[in-house]
Amino acid sequence: MKRLHLTALLTLPALLSACDAVVLSPSGDVAARQRDVLVTSTLLMLLIIIPVICLVVFFAWKYRASNTDATYAPDWSHSTKLEVVIWAAPLLIIICLGGLTWVGTHLLDPYRKLDRISKELVVTDEHEPLQVQVVSLDWKWMFIYPQYGIATVNELAAPVDRPIEFKLTSSSVMNAFYIPTLAGMIYTMPGMETGLHGVINEEGVYDGFSSNYSGAGFSGMRFKFHGMDDAGFENWVADVQAQDATLDRDTYLDLVKPSENVAPMHFAGVEDGLYHDILNMCVEPGQMCMNDMMMQDMHTRSGGMEMAHGQDQEQHADHGAMSHDGHGMEGMDVSRNGGEDEMQSDTPEADKTATDADRRMLRGHGLGRDFMPLFQPDPARPDATQPNPDNQ
Amino acid sequence: MTSPMQDPNTSFLFGRLTFDAIPLHEPILVATFAVVALGGIAMVAALTYFRLWGYLWSQWFTTVDHKKIGIMYMILGVVMLLRGFADAIMMRLQQAMAFGGSEGYLTAHHYDQVFTAHGVIMIFFVAMPMVTGLMNYVVPLQIGARDVSFPFLNNFSFWMTVGGAVIVMMSLFIGEFAMTGWLAMPPLSGAEASPGVGVDYYIWGLQIAGVGTTLSGINLLVTIIKMRAPGMTMMKMPIFTWTSLCTNVLIVASFPVLTAVLVLMTLDRYVGTHFFTNDMGGNPMMYVNLIWIWGHPEVYILILPAFGIFSEVTSAFSGKRLFGYTSMVYATVCITILSYLVWLHHFFTMGSGASVNSFFGITTMIISIPTGAKLFNWLFTMYRGRVRFELPMLWTIAFMITFTVGGMTGVLLAVPPADFVLHNSLFLIAHFHNVIIGGVLFGLFAGMNYWFPKAFGFKLDEFWGKISFWFWVAGYWFAFTPLYVLGLMGVTRRMRVFDDPSLQIWFIIAGFGAALIAVGIAAFLIQIAVSIRDRKKNRDVTGDPWQGRTLEWATSSPPADYNFAFTPVVHDIDAWHDMKSHSYERPLTGYEAIHMPRNTGAGVIIAALSVACGFALVWYIWWLAALSFLGILAVAIGHTFNTKRDFYIPVQTVVDTEARRTKLIESRA
Repeated sequence: MKRLHLTALLTLPALLSACDAVVLSPSGDVAARQRDVLVTSTLLMLLIIIPVICLVVFFAWKYRASNTDATYAPDWSHSTKLEVVIWAAPLLIIICLGGLTWVGTHLLDPYRKLDRISKELVVTDEHEPLQVQVVSLDWKWMFIYPQYGIATVNELAAPVDRPIEFKLTSSSVMNAFYIPTLAGMIYTMPGMETGLHGVINEEGVYDGFSSNYSGAGFSGMRFKFHGMDDAGFENWVADVQAQDATLDRDTYLDLVKPSENVAPMHFAGVEDGLYHDILNMCVEPGQMCMNDMMMQDMHTRSGGMEMAHGQDQEQHADHGAMSHDGHGMEGMDVSRNGGEDEMQSDTPEADKTATDADRRMLRGHGLGRDFMPLFQPDPARPDATQPNPDNQ
Repeated sequence: MTSPMQDPNTSFLFGRLTFDAIPLHEPILVATFAVVALGGIAMVAALTYFRLWGYLWSQWFTTVDHKKIGIMYMILGVVMLLRGFADAIMMRLQQAMAFGGSEGYLTAHHYDQVFTAHGVIMIFFVAMPMVTGLMNYVVPLQIGARDVSFPFLNNFSFWMTVGGAVIVMMSLFIGEFAMTGWLAMPPLSGAEASPGVGVDYYIWGLQIAGVGTTLSGINLLVTIIKMRAPGMTMMKMPIFTWTSLCTNVLIVASFPVLTAVLVLMTLDRYVGTHFFTNDMGGNPMMYVNLIWIWGHPEVYILILPAFGIFSEVTSAFSGKRLFGYTSMVYATVCITILSYLVWLHHFFTMGSGASVNSFFGITTMIISIPTGAKLFNWLFTMYRGRVRFELPMLWTIAFMITFTVGGMTGVLLAVPPADFVLHNSLFLIAHFHNVIIGGVLFGLFAGMNYWFPKAFGFKLDEFWGKISFWFWVAGYWFAFTPLYVLGLMGVTRRMRVFDDPSLQIWFIIAGFGAALIAVGIAAFLIQIAVSIRDRKKNRDVTGDPWQGRTLEWATSSPPADYNFAFTPVVHDIDAWHDMKSHSYERPLTGYEAIHMPRNTGAGVIIAALSVACGFALVWYIWWLAALSFLGILAVAIGHTFNTKRDFYIPVQTVVDTEARRTKLIESRA
């Protein structure tokens, strides 16, 4: 048992360097720094783990019943000095590790903009980040490059040493977007947006995949991530732009249908606002976007409160103002909508009598308040692109 | 969404159950069914032939004796271990095969059920029943009580746990099980992505078993608080009782959360509410948070009693008082409280901010301080002891080494930047198997080997026990070390097929490890069979085969129905050791009639009706659901009118029982 374990411990690094342990030898700076935290933490813990394991083996051997030479103290069961040591030793390790964690977690927060490209290279104004919008579909990945007006499925490319800003969401179920060589994973969730920053430092073709089980086609939800030099990336973009296919609403709705082991696809153009509508779950004609719904809901909720609790007008106004300020919805003109009417359509009675078409209008009915900042109305987009009778 | 109530595809009589639900197209399942059916028929025939039905019913099924219920929990756990392990072998085989264009031998539909069932069964129907079983058996004996506080509730809890297991097992042959992973996260488990019966089987199986777990938690909690022998203050309780107390506090506080979150999901699936949907105001993140607010304490529910077992075993087999009893107690209480403050570490990668992640990362690490202190306490219990390497101690030493590694990888995963690259990978799988096998399961084996002679009056066979031990330990390392490596290679969990052929060797090694574990399980079953065969040779006449230190060793093996003829009086932490060292003499006269609870069939009947109700709800057979629910109410209310709850064991029976024991002790003296 002991021997087995020690052998495993000793041979592990050798074995790992022999095989391709991408987590321990990534090609992206973020992943490399995450690896550093991983290795440092492990070494820090081994400071206590190895002595403990050795002591277990040593004490078990030394105080075996057959060894009558060893001291036997059947009633010895307390030593304040020892107790202080056995609580303090792990505590010290955890204090160090806690510090490392606090700093590492903040520096390597996936939402944090990169401050360096690599150990030698600091991010300056000249580094314009590559923006990529990621959508996980059943069971493939879609990437939109808003700066280039192109989109791909199951193929991702980025120039070396240029920061990449991912915005991620999902069409139906949760997945996790993970390119081990680039940066840690982040979940993609329908109706919600997550973010990830990374940079690739070496040219090459790497694996990317979903690391959160998402149903039958999950195993095949893989893609290649190409790290290219600047010229190579320009060529790649030009190639994609030369394609006939474009990604419009209908193509997307086709793409959303479940399929497995999908070969890479390229789209030369992307319909305006498609990502916004995917995120707000209103790609299908007639669906109300979540951001619109939430604005409306924000407004009507105060009315609903009053109805439910019979609060007087003053309290009601206070409450409205509170949620107003507390959740970054400044600038939204609450009085713009006819609040009382909206509220009616929200009540269960109205729901029951609503036709199917009417019910669909309610799709995208808000998330929790904490997600509000993600759903600020997009000033670049005119409000009335959706056929939406509730919109005023 | 149309509610199932108005689904036109369901018939009144059978709901959505049709012949298509029988998986005749799956040869593996047909073969399994044939074996199970033949085995079942053989068992029923044997029970009938030997006229054992009456005995089983009156002595076991309806029993309120905590010892018999404890044994039944253990049997349930072992039976379900075989099912859960069969799933594990199937996964290992699939992952070792599915390379280079091969699809393996399992379809996605089958494979996804297999890994879901493996997780659900191993946690809810192997680890939980076995932990509950040991607590049930040992705690009342350790505190010098004659039974638990609510004996009927104990019987009812057990049968509800069985009911949940039955529902989960039914899904093997009728319909399908969930294909969502063991926590059935929405939106994947929602009505839209999982329209079949799988998730419904999951929900009702866990809800029914959950009733049992919660009630059993309340029961043991009250038992420990209220029924301790005179003189046993809280700080004189045996350490296993302490860890059981903390575990049951956790059960009582966390299982209602599971119940509530499953109710909300049920509403989403059955009546079209939107708690966890993507739209209409729902948010799947609420489910993720709630399920882990239950899920994290759950792992401490499993490990704390194992810690208690190791404490008892280390102290008994080192022939020494436990080092640092007080700090051990405080460590346990610390872990209990902290286990509620760490749930978010299960989803650092879901986009919470850096401060939130740091907070939960650091709280998680803090748990390793009391855990580390515990490990040192065991270490210094061995120090200046006389360590006897009997089976329970072997398991304990294997635990100390294995668990330390698992603890280290656990703290590593608690560091968010490291978790971002290792989450959901096979490294995570290796970690939690490292602590659940290396901690909980090794603990259960230590406990079973330790208390078996108490429960049955003879020791377990040492030779087969050692075979089982070595194969389990070696098997564990062979099966999960490759998973650590694969995790560092960026391989994620729950994959059915692989592209990269260089990974295959690791999966083959892991499969080999699983085969070693299979031998370990077989050896364990042989160990029990051989021990029963040689029971005369390994007989324990004294009631104290290991030079034990706590009260359970003060009574006979197996204990009489009433546990203790006289309630013991406690003066020290190791009460029995204290009695022995003050040359305690067993009183031989002055017996009195003993007041005991009476058996009842209500628990079995309510659990059976619950299974019918659960099955009906899974398949939308509304009339049966309504009928069985009314039946549950009727029996439950009817039982409250049953006033014949207790009886007295006559003095003569007590005198005879104790006289037999005296004779037995003298025969070997």
